[in-house]
Amino acid sequence: MLPRPHGGRLVNRVTPGKEKEAILAESKELPNINISKDTAVDLENIAYGVFSPLEGFMCQNDYISVLESLRLEDDTPWTIPVVLDVGREVLTEKGIKAGDTVTLAHNGKVIALLEVEDIYTFDKNVHAEKVFKTTDINHPGVVKTREMSNCLLGGKISFIQGVENPFEKYTLCPVETRILFRELGWKTVVGFQTRNAPHLGHEYVQKTALTFVDGLFINPVIGRKKKGDFRDEVILKAYEELIRNYYLKDKAVLAILRTEMRYAGPREAIFHAIIRKNFGCTHFIVGRDHAGVGNYYKPYEAQEIFNEFPDLGITPIFFKQFYYCRKCYGYVNERICPHNGDDIIPPSGTKIREMLIQGKTPPKEMMRPEVAEIILSFEKPFVE
Amino acid sequence: MGESERKYTTVSIPVQLYEKIKQRIEGTGFTSVSDYVTYVLREVLASLEEEEKEEVFSKEEEEKVKERLRALGYLD
Repeated sequence: MLPRPHGGRLVNRVTPGKEKEAILAESKELPNINISKDTAVDLENIAYGVFSPLEGFMCQNDYISVLESLRLEDDTPWTIPVVLDVGREVLTEKGIKAGDTVTLAHNGKVIALLEVEDIYTFDKNVHAEKVFKTTDINHPGVVKTREMSNCLLGGKISFIQGVENPFEKYTLCPVETRILFRELGWKTVVGFQTRNAPHLGHEYVQKTALTFVDGLFINPVIGRKKKGDFRDEVILKAYEELIRNYYLKDKAVLAILRTEMRYAGPREAIFHAIIRKNFGCTHFIVGRDHAGVGNYYKPYEAQEIFNEFPDLGITPIFFKQFYYCRKCYGYVNERICPHNGDDIIPPSGTKIREMLIQGKTPPKEMMRPEVAEIILSFEKPFVE
Repeated sequence: MGESERKYTTVSIPVQLYEKIKQRIEGTGFTSVSDYVTYVLREVLASLEEEEKEEVFSKEEEEKVKERLRALGYLD
């Protein structure tokens, strides 16, 4: 049986169609706060239950609890603050206070209403240290934290309309994935998080996990990423090609997760697992350096953190890195292969990237030729 | 925001049980009986919740969803 959503039920904060027009008309009288595209997309995640049990942006009690205890105030596991930052001057200028309802708009389009329950300040250094385990300004999460405004607004949202989504056909909400999994006859589903085009290491991790469950849910993160990461459309086209050529049709589903990468390592691994639980996954793959960047986290720290959450409600599956072994004649990992040195060819992401940048096809022991061909068909496959 | 701001309350357990747990957690990652008891209780509650029934969707909602899934090629 698929797991219950995190916190017990799928949140739905979407305003029904017939009420939208009236709310939009009334909202003209309300104070407005402009939000970024990332925030607008996360509003959609809240509204459609991807971030269940969150019904809006965190109030101070939840925010502090998440920083300190990696749990919401009611003890539900939750590791990444989901907050709305607004400048004090904006609040003063518009006279916004707790108890008000405001509109949240992006590029002049009202995305949602927010019932302001709480307005509070926060310490950016404490935030960065707790979430990213560093205050180093070379960490992308720290950079973003430092750019945040000084006040946080908490409260429930009512979602009205989303921002443009160029990947609509790959976008499924938890209600849809849960019904899809059931229709496919899947009782156990393993979720795979990625921000990369697939190489053979990824494929073997997925297929090894798939050996023990009914279905595989490949769920790439689509959204703001750092320079040098694969562009979103490249990841999707590469996966489509891989699935078409090398997966059983009724065993793998590809759909996207629209949110930004936080690069918060272990904390983000838990966050990613919770999201996949909401999509209906029973299992979640955690590999080496999950959601990591640079050397801020130990290689398997994102696996170790799961020990603190016996009540997460989704089973993590931990993997060591897979590699090709010339002596074993196949893809293996250090738990099953006694060889080393020249016998092994690890599918190094850095090496693959370098070759692709030079327009070269990586060796077939690292990447499927069909996948490489797709990537090379793009003029600019990487974020610049 | 320090340790002191975490919220805790006291629960009583028999002294013999306390001593037994204290011995059990020696050499493990648990640094206190409280940590161990919290872990075990969370595990028990989680497994109880697992046994509860999955939520169901209305027929109308299901049909609408299936229609979209078919249109997108996820279902035949």
